[in-house]
Amino acid sequence: MPKAYINPYLAGILLGIVLFLAFFITGTGLGASGGLNRMLVFFQNMAVPEHIDQVPYLLKMAGGSANPLNSWIVYLTIGTVLGGFISGLIGRRVKIETLKGPQIGNKTRWMMAFLGGGLMGYGARLARGCTSGQALSGGAVLSVGSWAFMFAVFAGGYAFAYFFRRYWN
Amino acid sequence: MTAFPLPLVDLLGQYGSFFIYLLVGLAFGATLEMAGFGNSKKLAAQFYFKDLTVFKVMFTAIVVACVLIFLSSSIGLLDYNLIWVPPTYLWPGIAGGLIMGVGFIVGGFCPGTSLVAMATGKVDGAFFILGALTGIFLFGETISSYAVFFESSYMGRFTLPELFGVSYGVVVLAVVVMALFMFWGGEKVEAAMGGETATKAPRWAVPAAGGLVVLAVLTLVLGQPSNTDRWEMIEAEQLALLDGREVQVSPAELLSVIHDSRIKTVMLDVRDERHYNQFHIHGARLLTQDELIGTARDELMFEGANTVFVAMGNDESAATEAWKMLKAESLPNVYILEGGVNNWIRTYGQEDFVQENLLRNRDNDQPAFRFDAALGARHPAAEPNPYAFEIEFESKVKLELKRAPTSGGCG
Repeated sequence: MPKAYINPYLAGILLGIVLFLAFFITGTGLGASGGLNRMLVFFQNMAVPEHIDQVPYLLKMAGGSANPLNSWIVYLTIGTVLGGFISGLIGRRVKIETLKGPQIGNKTRWMMAFLGGGLMGYGARLARGCTSGQALSGGAVLSVGSWAFMFAVFAGGYAFAYFFRRYWN
Repeated sequence: MTAFPLPLVDLLGQYGSFFIYLLVGLAFGATLEMAGFGNSKKLAAQFYFKDLTVFKVMFTAIVVACVLIFLSSSIGLLDYNLIWVPPTYLWPGIAGGLIMGVGFIVGGFCPGTSLVAMATGKVDGAFFILGALTGIFLFGETISSYAVFFESSYMGRFTLPELFGVSYGVVVLAVVVMALFMFWGGEKVEAAMGGETATKAPRWAVPAAGGLVVLAVLTLVLGQPSNTDRWEMIEAEQLALLDGREVQVSPAELLSVIHDSRIKTVMLDVRDERHYNQFHIHGARLLTQDELIGTARDELMFEGANTVFVAMGNDESAATEAWKMLKAESLPNVYILEGGVNNWIRTYGQEDFVQENLLRNRDNDQPAFRFDAALGARHPAAEPNPYAFEIEFESKVKLELKRAPTSGGCG
């Protein structure tokens, strides 16, 4: 049997302390999409280096001899995956499965997860950060843009939740 | 100088610092997993008011971190100027946020939570990550077509206290109180709509909330350190540098630094505007003492790591005051022009000009030369040819590794 998740307020306090320590020790906050971004650019750079040199956005990360993996956020991302795995092991929650609403099949869920991931990935780069890097980290240090971003995410989610009610419930 | 944040790369080297980030990531991933964020059903339930775990965890984390950050800044333990505050690009941020909101309800994750989902074997999490990588790839390919929008509505390091014109303590307390009200309301909503996974507030929630309010009030009462407070924290070590004349660079060194293509030189002229108009070094920027702190926080902090700042007055008094203010703001690589602009003109002015226009009987920190016209940077001494003057100098400029926040968040 998997163990129950911990109380959300307790989880919030723990996450808050982790976030505080991240700022306190390193001066940067937390993040996730940036690490995925750089891993992707690393492979792009191996496959089509000439192309990287033509896109200014990619050039910043992998132009010339710059190694896109040479960034703190890549290691933070690797740590996040490992940390999730360890906590899952301890809580006996590591299991190959697909979580979905009761009315849909696995293939629909996978397709939607891929599609939603695409929107998330695209949006996160446009907003210069994801829920972790912008909303959580920027929110805690009181950045105006991060708070505006946070409300936009909730607004987008709630605005479209109605259309997907059968899909989740 | 406040001890935190630590200059990690200085202390541990690049790979040592990466190891610290790995540990931070471990704690981050473990907490997300424990909260149930690896479970897409739990995450999506947020948007049907059935299980407000996402909201509770996120806002608890934000207010806890917020209070701890500003409290430790109040007591001089943490330097807020060295903390990465995501710069505000308002409209791209809102547009990206809306897209992400839709992505959340469609895909059931955000990027951070999908990593944890994948790590615990959730196949939908793995598909989400593949999707996210595709989205990121498409962004890289399409951004060039609307780069203008991507760079628009830039407001720099812009914080809520600046927006509302109140102190940091007030905003911290307001955010805490607002969050507590929303938790209270959230519990009501969950009680009415709740699905099987919803959880009740624990018994310790009320004392914990009280404790948080107390810390927020303490932050408000203590206030954030002013420029003067910040200077007092570093005064002892910095005065030694001043008295040892280790930060006063000679005109000869300044000229060589200006012409060193590896270094960006930002010259800050803190004299009266009339003196600046009469004569200033080519490229120097006029800044009054009042503008100095704001400019340092909003602009100078974000200059590249190879930037050297040189403050200059007529002599050295005003420049030294400016230097203190900039050092107190934790700006790296700040120097003073030795002998000020007067010394510069003495060094690089034409011999007859220097002899004919020298003012004797002048006050300290006033111009030493008379100008018949306001030539500004068109005066011959404003932009001397570095090859015409071979002057030996003792090199004082040392580029210190930057501690200032140049990247963060989802860098």
